[in-house]
Amino acid sequence: MRYTILSLWFAVATFAQIKAPSDEASLRNGHTLYQFHCSFCHGKGDDGMAANLVSPNLVHAPTDSSLVNIIRNGIGGTDMPPALGMTDEEMLQVAGYVRSLGRTAQTSIPGDKAKGRALYNGKGGCAGCHMVGGSGGRMGPDLSQIGAMRSPSNLRTSIVEPNAAIVGGWTMAHLTLKSASKVSGIRLNEDNFYISLRDGKGKIQTIAKADATKIDRDITKSSMPSYEKVFTPEEMTDLIAYLFSLRGAM
Amino acid sequence: MKTLLLLTSTMLYAQAPGDWVHWQGNVQGHRHSPLKQINKTNVTRLKPAWVFQIDKTDKFEASPIALNGILFVSEPPSDVTALESRSGKVLWRYKRVLPDNVPFCCGKVNRGVAILGDLVFVGTLDAHLVALDASTGNVVWDVAVADYKKGYSSTVAPLIVKDKVIIGSAGGEFGVGGYLAAYDAKSGKQAWRLNTLPAAGDKAAETWKGDSYKYGSATTWVTGSYDPSLNLIYWGTGNPGPDWKGDKRAGDNLYSDSILAIDGDTGKMKWYFQFTPHDVHDWDATQVPVLVDEMWNGKMRKLVLFANRNAFYYVLDRETGEYLLGKQYVRQTWAQPELDAKGRPVRLPSTTPTPNGTVVYPNSAGATNFQAPSYSPLTRLHYVMTRDEGGVFYSGDDTYKEGSWYLAGRFVSKPGEEATGAIKAIDPKTGKSKWEYPMSSPSWSGVLTTAGGLVFAATADGDMIALDDTTGKLLWRFPMGGKAFANPVSYTAADGKQHITIACGHALFAFTVE
Repeated sequence: MRYTILSLWFAVATFAQIKAPSDEASLRNGHTLYQFHCSFCHGKGDDGMAANLVSPNLVHAPTDSSLVNIIRNGIGGTDMPPALGMTDEEMLQVAGYVRSLGRTAQTSIPGDKAKGRALYNGKGGCAGCHMVGGSGGRMGPDLSQIGAMRSPSNLRTSIVEPNAAIVGGWTMAHLTLKSASKVSGIRLNEDNFYISLRDGKGKIQTIAKADATKIDRDITKSSMPSYEKVFTPEEMTDLIAYLFSLRGAM
Repeated sequence: MKTLLLLTSTMLYAQAPGDWVHWQGNVQGHRHSPLKQINKTNVTRLKPAWVFQIDKTDKFEASPIALNGILFVSEPPSDVTALESRSGKVLWRYKRVLPDNVPFCCGKVNRGVAILGDLVFVGTLDAHLVALDASTGNVVWDVAVADYKKGYSSTVAPLIVKDKVIIGSAGGEFGVGGYLAAYDAKSGKQAWRLNTLPAAGDKAAETWKGDSYKYGSATTWVTGSYDPSLNLIYWGTGNPGPDWKGDKRAGDNLYSDSILAIDGDTGKMKWYFQFTPHDVHDWDATQVPVLVDEMWNGKMRKLVLFANRNAFYYVLDRETGEYLLGKQYVRQTWAQPELDAKGRPVRLPSTTPTPNGTVVYPNSAGATNFQAPSYSPLTRLHYVMTRDEGGVFYSGDDTYKEGSWYLAGRFVSKPGEEATGAIKAIDPKTGKSKWEYPMSSPSWSGVLTTAGGLVFAATADGDMIALDDTTGKLLWRFPMGGKAFANPVSYTAADGKQHITIACGHALFAFTVE
């Protein structure tokens, strides 16, 4: 019976938007199915060889309908295959689980976000390296949607112990050139022959590796120091409340 | 046109130097060109002659066949295009219409075609073998080799053995039963079929717990080699299924992760050698077996060289399968550095996947993979594109369901490290490298050697490079601007000029010296 209703719903869904379920039982089933069908390539969501799913906005799936459609049919021209042996209901559950990876619920958490914002821009100097809504520095990830992507405890870890929460694509590289001058920056690209860096001022330079006598890369070290001692516990709570409220234009 | 293209099986084993008539160049698996117009002196003047863009964005893993001024190349998912080899202009195209929802593991890919007489052969994602008229691209025959709904697909370039077309299968992540099949080239009639998994009652079935051999995979998705003098085909087999958990398939799991020596006429297995008994890391032995004759302890022997995904390099006697040498050639942490006297790895404790993850080198991508190696008869070195990358292996629980994933786990690259790689010039007599050319990240490109003393390959980031075959020194490079998953080839075009070609990104690049 349940399936009859579901089929009817799918017929209707051709015209209406599908909404992936977010109740606990569906998420649990979705997780089990995800482990079986998706984790081979996507890992836990952000550690696999395929696309990172821990994002509030999935490039190929702006809506739940398009996400279900991708699970059903794969993505042509990529390695993403169609679902194998999943029912319509199961695909919806997987979609719900995938959405949950990239969207932390906007729950009420302790702290004063207005104070947190003042700390972010003032005492913390966070805007020196991070952008929110198009303003700020360029040495760290854009935080405009960080609250939708990370839980409060994950945000705390990133601030207190940055090396435990390294984000790919932000590796610092330090080059000593043949001229003995030194260059450091966020590594934008590296291949066998060239390395491209962006420095703190946003200046980008590409250097032939043959011109460097030494190249060090901070693979396991974040360029962000720990801010544990910068803030009082109350201030930390306020800062996290501010960061958790950052949800972009969603 | 037809007479121009006509190629007999006798000609196949003594190809014209300017042609490239097998996927690996010759049936011995050498990927070596006897051409030397492009050499160590003039390679600095190598320039793109043309670029042919495909109209798909799937991975372009094919390397072409070159014959009488025409290149025959497969495109993803299962299409074939004929190009004029001097200009890169399209002569004809075959577009395969595939059913909806074909199960595939790792991209809708195809690695190449085979040619015999006036027919071009391609395996398809829906597990068919298709013979096309080489002059028009028209379908001459089309046979279903296996049922794609069960997870079978053909991504492998077929191999020509006498008057037969040999085709294998992918599907090792779907619990299929691996096979190698031979078809009469003219009629499309099946001549023989060898299953790589045992049947009930076979001695080899005892190497699987219960009836787990029924879903044991051991697929055949990379082209093998052939020795015309012994009439033996050598073909590597893939991982046992499910990939990352072995409890339900306790035992050695024959004939997974093995090399099989198979009679070319009957399809009967003459011998086998299993590299990784009871594999739980997805280390398919689907690398190209390289056949060479070499002095071994004072005696000339017929050898097969095998640089394996499990990080060991092997030399076997190819008449008998006798193990002669095994040597670790890439970092590994799963076995003792020395194999036992019979070439069996001595597994270390705590290296099997667990629910919480086990760190092992190499990861499932292996020490090398489907990228083709090269052997130069001039340097007598075996050139291999290697990878160095650890993995965290997780075990899960899967139950076999027809046409669905059968993995029982997964792996991720080891966090906190950057994978690297190298082209290694391995001396088969010792298993040691004469030189290594480092890669800042591991490449999926194969390697070509030429009589011009050059080694060609692409870096992971799509730089086509030429190295000195004796020193590994970089002599030339060209940035192609895409990811390379294919193998280079060399041929002579209608203008008499030697060309080097490779697929990179979504295009086929051809280079020549002006």
